[in-house]
Amino acid sequence: MADEKIPYTQYLQADGSVVGNLPEFAEDQELVLALYRHMNRARRFDTKAVAMQRTGRLPTFPPALGQEAFHVGFASAMSADDILFPTYRDGPAQMVRGVQLEELLLFTAGDERGSDFQVPRCDFPQAIPIATQTAHAVGAAYAMKLRGEKSVAVTTIGDGGSSKGDFYEAMNFAGVWQAPVIFLINNNGWAISTPRDRQSAAPTLAQKGDAVGVPGQQVDGNDVLAVYHVVSEAIAAARSGKGPALIEALTHRLTDHSTADDASRYRDADLLSEQWKEEPMIRLRTYLSNQGWWGKEDEESMLTELDQEIERAVENFEASDAPEAAAMFDYMYAELPADLMAQRAEVIAAHGHEGDGS
Amino acid sequence: MAELTYRDAVAAAIAQEMRRDETVVFLGEDVAWAGGVFKTTVGLLDEFGEKRVRDTPISEQAIIGAAMGAAMTGLRPIAEIMFSDFFAVCWDLIANQIPKTRYMTSGQVIMPLVIRTANGGGVRFGAQHSQSIENWAMMIPGLKVVAPSTPADVKGLLAASIRDDDPVIFFEQKSLYADKGEVPDGEYVEELGKAKVLREGTDATIIALAAMVPRAMKAAERLQAEDGISASVVDVRCLVPLDTQTIFAEIRKTGRAFTVEENPRLCGWGAEISSLAMEECFWDLDLPLIRITTPHIPLPSADALEDEALPSVERIYNTVREGLD
Ligand SMILES: Cc1ncc(C[n+]2csc(CCOP(=O)(O)OP(=O)(O)O)c2C)c(N)n1
Ligand SMILES: [Mg+2]
Repeated sequence: MADEKIPYTQYLQADGSVVGNLPEFAEDQELVLALYRHMNRARRFDTKAVAMQRTGRLPTFPPALGQEAFHVGFASAMSADDILFPTYRDGPAQMVRGVQLEELLLFTAGDERGSDFQVPRCDFPQAIPIATQTAHAVGAAYAMKLRGEKSVAVTTIGDGGSSKGDFYEAMNFAGVWQAPVIFLINNNGWAISTPRDRQSAAPTLAQKGDAVGVPGQQVDGNDVLAVYHVVSEAIAAARSGKGPALIEALTHRLTDHSTADDASRYRDADLLSEQWKEEPMIRLRTYLSNQGWWGKEDEESMLTELDQEIERAVENFEASDAPEAAAMFDYMYAELPADLMAQRAEVIAAHGHEGDGS
Repeated sequence: MAELTYRDAVAAAIAQEMRRDETVVFLGEDVAWAGGVFKTTVGLLDEFGEKRVRDTPISEQAIIGAAMGAAMTGLRPIAEIMFSDFFAVCWDLIANQIPKTRYMTSGQVIMPLVIRTANGGGVRFGAQHSQSIENWAMMIPGLKVVAPSTPADVKGLLAASIRDDDPVIFFEQKSLYADKGEVPDGEYVEELGKAKVLREGTDATIIALAAMVPRAMKAAERLQAEDGISASVVDVRCLVPLDTQTIFAEIRKTGRAFTVEENPRLCGWGAEISSLAMEECFWDLDLPLIRITTPHIPLPSADALEDEALPSVERIYNTVREGLD
């Protein structure tokens, strides 16, 4: 899918071998091990959430299987003060940002308390209506600029979402305003059942930035070092006043669109097994062991720790009380108008419960 | 008669109409290869091919805009918007353009198109994927608005919508997709604009739409069994044209009417029926009309809260019983 005019970055090939000159941070053992741990945490959590959905303990869940390098790479490149405008696919990035596993489970279960994450307070909740988040990010970037802050807005969208008018309009605004916003396309090849080549006749999605003066580039989304690198550079440029950027990460959606989907209805099984060969974890593990930073024991103890952490989160999630019926009126307005107070009272009368009643 | 699910009746109606009329085409997101995310259109791609059954990019404005352009130039498109909530994304076309074109061209341009969509709650999809927006469509002059409650009505009313020369918004209630019911064999077309009396009663009239219809029926059965209250149940089926003749006749028979709707409380279709009945049936009423609605809130997605927000059999039963007290 490469195009001569569109830069493409990759450092780690599928077999773990290195191409080109690695950026300096790749020698930072602590940083790279943290990326690896985050990716594993994301994948274990994902597996657990899908299993919970299959046994009726969670409603529909959108797995991120295979896209961990994208999520962990870009989220790790952000500073605490930057603001993320994510989609439903970005749970793993939210985890890196500090959102608790328990909060993600609550959110998935439809409990709005799951969007009231304690860290990071300024990140937005997942956008499920496609593409709306892109314009929000531009507005936030404008607000940051107005206040003279050095933070950057980062927003993600899928290959499918990039077909929406909102996305073009948001990028166009960002270009005109030179707003500090990074648009990240997670091109995982599919929008539910619609493959990438039926989404757009453009050879790359990165070139969509050209039309509006936003520089676009592609990156191997299965290579966490490459993602971390290009996003870090784009953020640094935006922070120093050089305006917006568009980055298209090439990933593979290695499972269904969501637990409500069955991709075997429309996807070729051979294609999927080819794509598994490019998945992002093994190549990074190969790199780590080639560096002499990682062995079998490290792997085992990390996985045990992660599984324990996930189990604790699930226990806490399952032990949390269902919201009170009257809670559906909380947060409607700063002050609940009288007619809604009356409707709330009716619900309470029918149940004898009180919400937390703000 | 064959037993079909509500979802299978969608594909059955589209297939019936595509077989008889080559100008009928169908487009939307994930409708062709996947047969729809709610599996409502399985088999259509195989039978009619990609020329007439098309998956589109994620671009609601282009879906509805292209359907409009095709309708203006001789095709009879059916366009799917995956969730009715996303009507808001292409609202200019639905509210400003499609309903006004016949009018603004002195009848020169007709707009024979259908927009189908999964509407309503009951499946834990939350505030932005569960709204009941039939009242948004109802208030736009120039649109027809249909919302069936049974598989037979899905087939008959969808076929009628496709044959209609004016734009029809067809609301499928997504929690009903798995429901089964008898559907007449062979070519089956109903008439738009006819309400249906599903149960005759003498004490109260319950007027309902879509997913609220089976709940109203259950509440009526309970009222009969436990309290000896005889309630009639009217399935409105079409909001535009609205069959006021049938609805008013049923209201006049009992003088005590209740509407049951998923819409948030303000400006739902129940308010419209209530206001019309005040003008037309005032002297036959023993009680003010009582609206049973969702509170005026976005629909919550947590199980306990969603169940609480939507009118339940229990709430319908209690409201009617207490209303008659
Ligand atoms: C405006 C709008 N239209 C349609 C949908 C239904 N929908 C949810 S996810 C999805 C596919 C998105 O694909 P893509 O943007 O590639 O992201 P991915 O799911 O692959 O991460 C669609 C069509 C929606 N949520 N919002
Ligand atoms: Mg995608």
